[in-house]
Amino acid sequence: MIGEIIDWFTSSANWQGADGVPTRVLQHLGYVLLALVLASVIAVPIGLYVGHTGRGGVLLVGSGNVIRALPTLGLVTFLFLLFTDSDVAAIIGLVVLAIPPILAGTYAGLQAVDRAVVDAAEGMGMRGGQRLWQIEVPIALPLVLGGVRNAVLQLVATAAVAAYVGLGGLGRYLLDGLAILDYGEVAAGAILTALLAIVLDVVLAAVQRALVPRGVRLAEAGAKKEVSA
Amino acid sequence: MSFFDELGQYLGSASNREQIVDTLAEHCYLALLPLVLGIVLAIAIGWLGRAWPRARGVTLVLANLVYTIPSLALFVMIPSLIGTKMLDSINVVVALTLYTAALLVRPVLDALDAVPPAVIASATAMGYRPARRFLTVELPLAVPVLAAGVRVASVSNISLVSVGALIGVGGLGVLFTDGFQREYFSPIVVGIVLTLLLALVVDLLLVLSRRLLTPWDRTTAPVRTEVAV
Repeated sequence: MIGEIIDWFTSSANWQGADGVPTRVLQHLGYVLLALVLASVIAVPIGLYVGHTGRGGVLLVGSGNVIRALPTLGLVTFLFLLFTDSDVAAIIGLVVLAIPPILAGTYAGLQAVDRAVVDAAEGMGMRGGQRLWQIEVPIALPLVLGGVRNAVLQLVATAAVAAYVGLGGLGRYLLDGLAILDYGEVAAGAILTALLAIVLDVVLAAVQRALVPRGVRLAEAGAKKEVSA
Repeated sequence: MSFFDELGQYLGSASNREQIVDTLAEHCYLALLPLVLGIVLAIAIGWLGRAWPRARGVTLVLANLVYTIPSLALFVMIPSLIGTKMLDSINVVVALTLYTAALLVRPVLDALDAVPPAVIASATAMGYRPARRFLTVELPLAVPVLAAGVRVASVSNISLVSVGALIGVGGLGVLFTDGFQREYFSPIVVGIVLTLLLALVVDLLLVLSRRLLTPWDRTTAPVRTEVAV
């Protein structure tokens, strides 16, 4: 088994052309990014609206849970029969599945903002929009990005499953390898897909840390000091 | 022919109905056995984490790593890790057990940490030995927090099982691959609806058993933490 995997990775044929590793990785990354951008454009404004106004929270959580329960393979095959185009079907499926985590993260982020802070901002004369963009969003940003991280994991996994309806990307190695019982290729596909997910998650975790506003970081450090004192 | 005629025709066939019932039963087994095993595993890890605090960091990093691995990749990696056959249903059970445990390790540790030290001290003073104290005092008090995590894990397991259809064992997922190959909407729609219904029924059962397991909680105000985002 290990031998087959090493053979696969060291064969130069697997690193070139339309079925080579660089092409497949970039394809996979492309689907993930495209779906992430589309899903964010839909989910972030809704999450901000619901979180800021507090209207429709129950509906948002409920519908998010229903979409989370949707089987990815069922959704993708259904969309494929509907559109008979693997790229269109897969991208729509990916967007649908990426929306709930981003929505939940945005909503939870705004909900977690201390009411006293919002009150203070209001007392200082800040209007709704100013409060949202200058107070609530910066404080909520780490949780919003937490939602984006969850969405990215979901997207990497689903894009691999969507190879079943003919999508390119790393899922091709998994399914084409299974079809011809080439376990070296299957294992290589699994390793590459897992690595891509892990690398993206580590990168986003770093971005998440970097985006915590300085004031919030100082406040947290202060709270820790108080606890330890 | 309208979709509903097609659906009527599909459901009219006895062999189709038999397939639906069989795949539904398999789906329950493939989703719920790992849920139970994963809960037990996470509790065992939580106990170890309490007894041996140094292991905590490593456990949480490992859990995070497992959770990052895309489902299809994990499904096909299991055989080479534990030496099972590629099409064995054990692979799906092991993979979903790992996901469940990975998801629950943090809630279990948080929940156990939240047990008031005074309660543990009283139990010790009453003569409870550590193992009995853990099972009859600490664990029951951890149920509310744990239950929220278990609900998320159950929904995610039920939806992930169908990905197993790509490696030959997928419960209702077989209806998706079937429908895709025959370009036939009915099995796919039936599969999606049954997956959602199963997730809903199991969720209601979990809410019910949480209430039964925590009778002392019932007199207090409605628990808002249940709206886990």
